[in-house]
Amino acid sequence: MFLAAAKLTVILGCWGVLLSIVVGLFCAVVRFYRVPLVRWLVGAYIELARNTPLMVQLFFLYFGLPRLGLVLEGETCAIVGLTFLGGAYLAEAFRGGLLAVGRDQIEAGLSIGLNRLQLLRYVIVPQALAVSLPAISATVIFLLKETSVFSIVALPDLMYVAKDLLKEGNSAETNLLLVISYLAVILPVSLFFGWLERRLRFAGFGS
Amino acid sequence: MITGKDVLKITDLKKNFDQTAVLKGLTLTVRQGEVLVIIGPSGCGKSTLLRCLNGLESVNGGQIVFGGQYLTDPQTNWSRVRQRIGMVFQNYELFPHLTALENILLGPLRVQGRKRPEALATAERWLTRVGLWDRRDSFPRQLSGGQKQRVAIVRALAMDPEIMLFDEVTASLDPEMVREVLDVILNLAREGLTMLIVTHEMAFARAVADRLIFMDEGRIVEDARPEVFFQNPATERARRFLNIFHFDEIHKRQGEERDAGD
Amino acid sequence: MLDSALSVLRMGRNLPRLMEGLGVTLEISLVSVALSILLGVPMGLLMASRRPLAPSFLRLYLEFIRVMPILVLLFLFYYSLSKFWNINLSALTVSILVFTLWGAAEMGDLVRGAVTSLPRHQWDSGRALGLTESQVSVYVVIPQAVRRLLPGVINLTTRMIKTTPFVFFINLPDLVKVGQQIVEVSGLRIPLASVWVYGTIFVIYFLICYPISILSRYLERRWQS
Repeated sequence: MFLAAAKLTVILGCWGVLLSIVVGLFCAVVRFYRVPLVRWLVGAYIELARNTPLMVQLFFLYFGLPRLGLVLEGETCAIVGLTFLGGAYLAEAFRGGLLAVGRDQIEAGLSIGLNRLQLLRYVIVPQALAVSLPAISATVIFLLKETSVFSIVALPDLMYVAKDLLKEGNSAETNLLLVISYLAVILPVSLFFGWLERRLRFAGFGS
Repeated sequence: MITGKDVLKITDLKKNFDQTAVLKGLTLTVRQGEVLVIIGPSGCGKSTLLRCLNGLESVNGGQIVFGGQYLTDPQTNWSRVRQRIGMVFQNYELFPHLTALENILLGPLRVQGRKRPEALATAERWLTRVGLWDRRDSFPRQLSGGQKQRVAIVRALAMDPEIMLFDEVTASLDPEMVREVLDVILNLAREGLTMLIVTHEMAFARAVADRLIFMDEGRIVEDARPEVFFQNPATERARRFLNIFHFDEIHKRQGEERDAGD
Repeated sequence: MLDSALSVLRMGRNLPRLMEGLGVTLEISLVSVALSILLGVPMGLLMASRRPLAPSFLRLYLEFIRVMPILVLLFLFYYSLSKFWNINLSALTVSILVFTLWGAAEMGDLVRGAVTSLPRHQWDSGRALGLTESQVSVYVVIPQAVRRLLPGVINLTTRMIKTTPFVFFINLPDLVKVGQQIVEVSGLRIPLASVWVYGTIFVIYFLICYPISILSRYLERRWQS
């Protein structure tokens, strides 16, 4: 039972994180290149998402929207909600990295004839990712932790299973299993990012 | 090896930053194989001139014609042009996440779409010439300033440019590393590569230049052969400028004379 | 449509109840932040010190808190503390306890970062002027550390506020829980009740957190140099 619940948590978390990266990158690039109009929309979205709790966003999606004629299933709600939140946080993380890439580096890229897209791909993004890695890692772990509220949209995730067990026959094993399940999901991610940060630091950044 | 052909023709070039004019109508023709050294006090517009030639600054007036093509045309495809005009910067600006070799291969492979073996052969030839082939897998932060600048020069050369722009390439280097970089440029000059060099190294300017341009306040003040310029500058302004560099010598000599007098 | 919105909020004691919920939300976050600062500062100084054992133990604690969802901690403390150790705490106490455990860890890390990021020569140059150790602390180290710290502390506060809806799960009548109760009661008569109530809560959170974020960003920019 815990295994199935953990699997659901992992799947929803992965989807949320992946889509957040897509949304975040898009928003960061829009703001970096100061795309007219779109950047205002993106800015408003980021402020809204960053300054409200995921749970309230989920309640609105799951209980509010159907009344307006848009019915989303629990899983869709969970992924949309997580992406809405994560996209905004990652956009800020990426933007910090993009801004850290100096104007001189961009000119050096231009001077060998790279076009805008090539410049992003070969010069700016690799350096930006390295700079914003700590922020990205913190955000991903934050998002995985936020998945713990998914039971409010009626998804049988880890907390959903745990709540029933804790309420009824609360045993030491249940407590332990709950903690271990989350450790098993999040700790490897945390360790992976730690390893990646160390590796990139040794790979010769900061000329 | 200067042929009669004009490669670059600049006519009445103007550039403003906000309200201040940095280039006030500059006219200059560069012939193929010519090594042009541009000197002048800081803020005279010499770096801005190079940056305009590589499309890093927009131009407010005048014309630049490069190999028959108008670079002052707003439709200019700069990516194309930049493949034919190499540029080296004061602070090297190697890409810190790429090794020396990857830095050099980026342009030929991604911009020019050359085959890897061919690009690699070119890179090897140039890196060997500047004495850095064995450092090809080093990241920029593992290289000394002089080594970084040599790699940066090779990065520009690997695109087979028709003309090279050097923007104060030794200004950030420790004095003992200046020589290794200047030697590379001197070698290129002997081979007849067309170059525009902005520098503060007067001895080097004298040794490498076919023609010397002295700029002040956004204009060309003197345009002369180097030996003429250094021995007998035509204008008062150039004389004053050169005196700054003689200051050390004069000072020392005066000291020696005083010592001798005691 | 707007009528239905107003009518939900006007109905009965709905609006005052929402405000009471907001009170619970703010109480939990503000009390927890205050306690977190009190506990986090000595913790951070300990972590920054070179004493061998304390830092590694605190690191482990910090890593555990970092990785564990707050909701898991809330559940463990709420359901299991009473069962296994016979400690009976109210939901409010459990909430403040858990938020403080989390906040103190984060605060400790902020303090550690602020203290260790000060360049060594700041101490040296202070001492070179003839200042005593404590004078160096008062005039040189602490003012700089506080500047580095404050944006982070403010940021932590908004994170706490945004995490308070979790107490919904242990049945505390916070903003979200009250909202849900209102929707349950009036949802039958007013179909759009859920939209308006959750929408209102969304806006309330935004109105609280957005100004705080702006303040944090302003301080960060101002003190960056």
